[in-house]
Amino acid sequence: MAEVNITVDGKKVTAPAGTLLIEACKGAGIEVPSFCYYPNLSLQGACRMCLVKIEKMPKLQTACTTVISEGMSVTTDTEEVHQARKSMVEMLLGNHPLDCPVCDAGGECELQDMTFSYGAAESKYIDAKNHKEEQQWSPVVYFDRPRCILCYRCVRVCGEGMDVWALGVQNRGVSSIIAPNQDDHLECEECGMCIDICPVGALTSGAYRYKTRPWEMKHVGTTCTHCADGCKTTLGVRRCDTGMEIVRGDNRDKSGINGDFLCIKGRYAFDFAHHEERLTQPLIRKDGRLTPATWEEAFELIGKRFAEVRGKHGGQAIGVVGSTRTTNEDNYLLQKFARVVLGTNNIDHHRTADFPALAAALSGKPEMTASMRDVFHAPAMLLIGNNPTEQHPLLAWQMRNNVRLHRARLYVVNSQPIKLRRQAASFSQIPAGGEGKLAAFLAGDDSAVDALLNEKTTRDSCIALREKLRGEANLVIIFGSEIRGNNITSVVKFASAIPGAKVLCLADYANSRGAADMGLYPDLLPGYHRVTDAGKFHEEWGGVPEARGLTFPEMVESAKAGALRACYLVGANPIGRFGIDPYAFSHSFVVVQDMFLTETAVMADVVLPAANAYEKSGTFTNTCGDLQLVKKAGEVTGTKSDFEMIVRIADAMGFDLRKLVPFGRGAHFDMGQSRGAQSGEADRHAVWLQAQGLEPQMSPFDPMAILDEIQRLVPGYDVSRMNLLAGNEQHTTLAGSGTGALQNPELIVPAQDDLFSSGTLGRYSRTLNSVIENHHKESAETDVAAD
Amino acid sequence: MASLVSHPDEVKVVTKRFGKGATSLDRYLELDGYKAVQKALGMQPDAVINEVKNSALRGRGGAGFNTGMKWSFVPKQSPKPKYVLCNGDESEPGTCKDRLILEHDPHSVIEGVMIAGLSVQAHVGYIYIRGEYRYLSEIMQKAIRDAYGRGFLGKNIFGSGYDFDVYWHGGAGAYEVGEESALMESLEGKRGIPRIRPPFPAVIGLWGGPTIINNVETLASVPHIILGGADWYAGLGPPKNGGTRLFCLSGHLNRPGVYELPLGYNLRKMIYDVGGGISNGRNLKAVVPGGSSTPVLTAEEIDVGMDFDSLAKAGSMLGSGGVVILDDTTCMVKFAQRIMKFYQHESCGWCIPCREGTDWLKKTLTRFHAGGGTKKDIDNIQYLAENMLGRTFCPLGDAAAMPTISIVKKFRKEFEDHLEGRPCPFEKAGAVRELPVMA
Amino acid sequence: MKFSDQFEQRFTEMLTHYPTKRSVLVPTLLFAQDEIGFLSDEVIHELAGRLDLTDLEVRNVISYYSMLTTKPRGKFNVQVCTNIACMLRGADELFEHCEKKLGIGHKGTTPDGLFSLEEVECIGACSWAPAAQVNYDFHENLTPDKMDRVLDEYKKKGTQ
Ligand SMILES: Cc1cc2nc3c(=O)[nH]c(=O)nc-3n(C[C@H](O)[C@H](O)[C@H](O)COP(=O)(O)O)c2cc1C
Ligand code: SF4
Ligand code: FES
Repeated sequence: MAEVNITVDGKKVTAPAGTLLIEACKGAGIEVPSFCYYPNLSLQGACRMCLVKIEKMPKLQTACTTVISEGMSVTTDTEEVHQARKSMVEMLLGNHPLDCPVCDAGGECELQDMTFSYGAAESKYIDAKNHKEEQQWSPVVYFDRPRCILCYRCVRVCGEGMDVWALGVQNRGVSSIIAPNQDDHLECEECGMCIDICPVGALTSGAYRYKTRPWEMKHVGTTCTHCADGCKTTLGVRRCDTGMEIVRGDNRDKSGINGDFLCIKGRYAFDFAHHEERLTQPLIRKDGRLTPATWEEAFELIGKRFAEVRGKHGGQAIGVVGSTRTTNEDNYLLQKFARVVLGTNNIDHHRTADFPALAAALSGKPEMTASMRDVFHAPAMLLIGNNPTEQHPLLAWQMRNNVRLHRARLYVVNSQPIKLRRQAASFSQIPAGGEGKLAAFLAGDDSAVDALLNEKTTRDSCIALREKLRGEANLVIIFGSEIRGNNITSVVKFASAIPGAKVLCLADYANSRGAADMGLYPDLLPGYHRVTDAGKFHEEWGGVPEARGLTFPEMVESAKAGALRACYLVGANPIGRFGIDPYAFSHSFVVVQDMFLTETAVMADVVLPAANAYEKSGTFTNTCGDLQLVKKAGEVTGTKSDFEMIVRIADAMGFDLRKLVPFGRGAHFDMGQSRGAQSGEADRHAVWLQAQGLEPQMSPFDPMAILDEIQRLVPGYDVSRMNLLAGNEQHTTLAGSGTGALQNPELIVPAQDDLFSSGTLGRYSRTLNSVIENHHKESAETDVAAD
Repeated sequence: MASLVSHPDEVKVVTKRFGKGATSLDRYLELDGYKAVQKALGMQPDAVINEVKNSALRGRGGAGFNTGMKWSFVPKQSPKPKYVLCNGDESEPGTCKDRLILEHDPHSVIEGVMIAGLSVQAHVGYIYIRGEYRYLSEIMQKAIRDAYGRGFLGKNIFGSGYDFDVYWHGGAGAYEVGEESALMESLEGKRGIPRIRPPFPAVIGLWGGPTIINNVETLASVPHIILGGADWYAGLGPPKNGGTRLFCLSGHLNRPGVYELPLGYNLRKMIYDVGGGISNGRNLKAVVPGGSSTPVLTAEEIDVGMDFDSLAKAGSMLGSGGVVILDDTTCMVKFAQRIMKFYQHESCGWCIPCREGTDWLKKTLTRFHAGGGTKKDIDNIQYLAENMLGRTFCPLGDAAAMPTISIVKKFRKEFEDHLEGRPCPFEKAGAVRELPVMA
Repeated sequence: MKFSDQFEQRFTEMLTHYPTKRSVLVPTLLFAQDEIGFLSDEVIHELAGRLDLTDLEVRNVISYYSMLTTKPRGKFNVQVCTNIACMLRGADELFEHCEKKLGIGHKGTTPDGLFSLEEVECIGACSWAPAAQVNYDFHENLTPDKMDRVLDEYKKKGTQ
């Protein structure tokens, strides 16, 4: 694009043609204030804060609506400009309540900042202010009318950004008011974008309001633990009686693949962490009942029993189930533990997408996986199956906004009239279950078209769609779990013929992709290498069992038959999720690591209270393959990270830990996690470190150490550690992966989560439940999937 | 129905068919109706534009922009349909002239719309009439039906091969909708929030197509220009201020009414000759020369020609032709308060300075007039109005600020006379009913 | 939701005048209000449905225009202009007179549902001030006496 030269406050500034003056100024380090301007939302020119002087124009002009032109000369710091801005703030304050001391936004309020900058604090206003009572619009959205400065950001982000259009403007003049779609309440996706985008405290969050002040929180940027999109979320945490409490989630700094987007889960559903049913003590079954025990007792017992079974019956008598919400480091360590310590390939996880097939199809095609950012920039997208609006909120946001802001073409093929059809250039409704046939048809199997036809979709329309797609370049093909096995091969085949095309396979949980990449498969090692062909893993680990292990359903059968003597379930609830007979494992010694007494945990012999992903460090890989940092934000006394527990169990089994985890760095003692009067010196030291922003790095269980091994051994993970640590996502590729192996498609069971549910976790989120109740849906307890 | 008046100084152009039954199509035709459009059909579009440009016809809606010039901004080629939009939202306080045109000569408006359309090669015109003018809507709808009935509108008008449709559209009570971009929003079925400019309507207007927007009186003048010629029309007024306009004389006059006078007509004569002088034998205090948004003139400032340029020189504006006369019993504080009450009520609320500024000013002026004012208030009123001026999203903010600034400047003493809880010295002119609450 | 045939006819015809459906909204709302008396939830929902809008969008528009109302009002809506030209010629006194005569204030409705009273902005009758509109009818050059006669007329009409 052509470059345009302008002068701002005497500085020469160059920016691409079409750039808005306000952006050009920002690029040159000159801040032009604004309330209504918000990047990527439609222009309003309403707040008049951005008025600047442009040479040859008699009146001040709004920088937010002015497109730069060659030779334009602008001044942003004249007396006139300053006075204009000051008076805008003064006029706003005329009716704005001065309740900053109790306002949630106090301390991070744009109006407050502006008042300060322009010295408009002295009030000329002495008449009565217009008043209206505060309203609750939904469990998470409160509206305080008098604080509203009518910047219309909320209205636009809800409409343009979310395609929900739940907010409007009513009345006119000074009576103008932001109004919800249901008269006195909202019916919407409850994403909370309106709250976060509000420059003042007019829209506040039911989860956060009146809880704390921004400066009393520590802010930790981490990755959301809910769906597989991997939004970056900044958690506001605060000390509490039982550790560190998470009080807020947002992404106001716009870093990360999601910019400022978060859905309801990312923004509010961290509250499961402090649910009163959270386990904070190990439990051991004594006389048939789960009874509190000490960590030492628990580890000793587990170590003893696991070692016994392995010794007497061999590794094949032990089953391991991993999690789709634990970190890559946890998962890598878990499968290594299974293979190296327990000596078994009996390891599996809840599969929600066929990544092995994808890896197989993509091997040797390095550029062909789409990142989450690609979805925002691709000129064209094809979506087959899934309903991203419900299941992949960020992905849906990226697709929608790519269409809106870049005029990308979106082609949607689905058995249901999903909401994204509203952004689609073409929507084809096909019979349920026809997605695989579509893949075949795209790949050239014309006979497959018959399975796609109905009143709305004709042979001709299918052919036309295929032709259109073939004519695209840099197409991103996104498909849900409807496409598995050979159909994935077909999609990749079709994509390979389109220049620059990429594919994206949708799984359901925060680290589903990571679980797959890290080798939680009975027949596949990390990086989709077959166990029969362990190669470098064999060397590194000093041996890998060669026989293919049991899948989870096979483990159940084996347990029923009395052959599976022990079972180790880490952050998984298969009993709840798959509706399995809990007595299936009654002859096995069962160890469960989890946050809650799940359906699976209640039948265990030992239950270990686990920390969740907000309470530990490591990495997640989102469904696209974007690797991101997970950072410890919250903390619940009495829990331990899965990573640490695995290491402890290995230790208790008498295993030489040096062969399992990198050892020898840092101080080898546990800091202890108790708080209050009983806490020891070490703890006080930790408090001091925390206060200074210095993370105590003394744990021997530092997951970052094993990340080295992952980066070294797992193909595609050799990304820049620097960038990763800096908080940026790093896209991994599947190109160099192992050959994968054909998986039984029946092992893939979609999570069936929607916007307001999140497997087992969701059941413990008060916010999600209150929203569900509010939306008059069935109680979350009964029909929500577990992970 | 509003009553008609007349005065020997009047030059009847737009009003020439008033009272002659021209709502009937036959009658209109007898009175040279639809001749101009037929003439225009035989002209090159550019020639039509030039004729209007040279006639020095300036917009009668308020801003006074050269009409032909405005039409010439419409791009010749446009992928989207072009439109003509006639602004009959007439809501500027003091203005009641479009009403008379619509009542007495609706076909002239249709004809003006058609000629405007021809000049830019548009094929559709809308006539937007404010919701309160229901009876005029009916007159207009009948006129349109009649014109269709004769083949003057629709396909192949006058056998020319040119298609042109004209539709009526109605408002529902909003002054701001008279602002041209808000008018388009309203016509598109939305809230009357103005649009960001540029782009101007001539380039991107209704439904994204280039759109000419003109006032009723402006368009009703056009057929006369086409028939009478640019020179004749331009010659009626001073240079660059062509023709006549309908002055709506109101307030403390003996003979209020709507008079058609040439541009440049002396204001003093207008008040004392045409309007019959100040009523009840009182003396003149102030004049609002062009609708409530124009700065007021004092009794000393009335030796001025009533045209766009002379009034601009005198620090005011010709505006919409609403000439409001205030005698010496009028309280200027109350007057300022009433004007601000209007703008506060009519602000669309989009931008901060207009929304908050008008509300603040109204509250202050109300309290002030009720006896709760302070000396600081006077400065504050001026400060607020000056800080609104030129900084709002659309000119409504200016419309509220300009008269206020002029009143405070020119009648500061009257403000001072209200101080220290003193009762309004002009009590009879209407005291505010209750003292408002203070914070 | 049932509107009159005339409404339906006009609605259908107006839809053909514009390239987008929602363009008919503002005048249509006023016609609907003229028939039903006010814009009820039912009317809003009906028109929203016809024009492919959400109820919210229709409400946003309604609340912008001062002639549109979502609350019932009297059979005769007496709208007294108190803007400058009328004010100078006694509109405030006229309005007060109406308040006393009808026993209601601004935006009030008489208990018999016959009259509503409203102080309105300039109605385009400045040269014939003071003026008022009763529903859509103009009454100009008013005095309190003349106003009494006007109101009595309506009262007669309304109780016949
Ligand atoms: C707040 C506001 C209200 C206006 N109201 C009217 C109006 O009621 N009628 C009108 O013709 N023009 C009105 N105008 C002027 C129009 O914006 C526009 O300039 C005019 O219709 C153009 O027509 P003209 O060139 O023939 O004057 C208004 C302008 C503003 C800023
Ligand atoms: S100046 Fe601003 S608030 Fe006022 S009417 Fe114009 S846009 Fe609306
Ligand atoms: S940022 Fe430009 S007007 Fe608000």
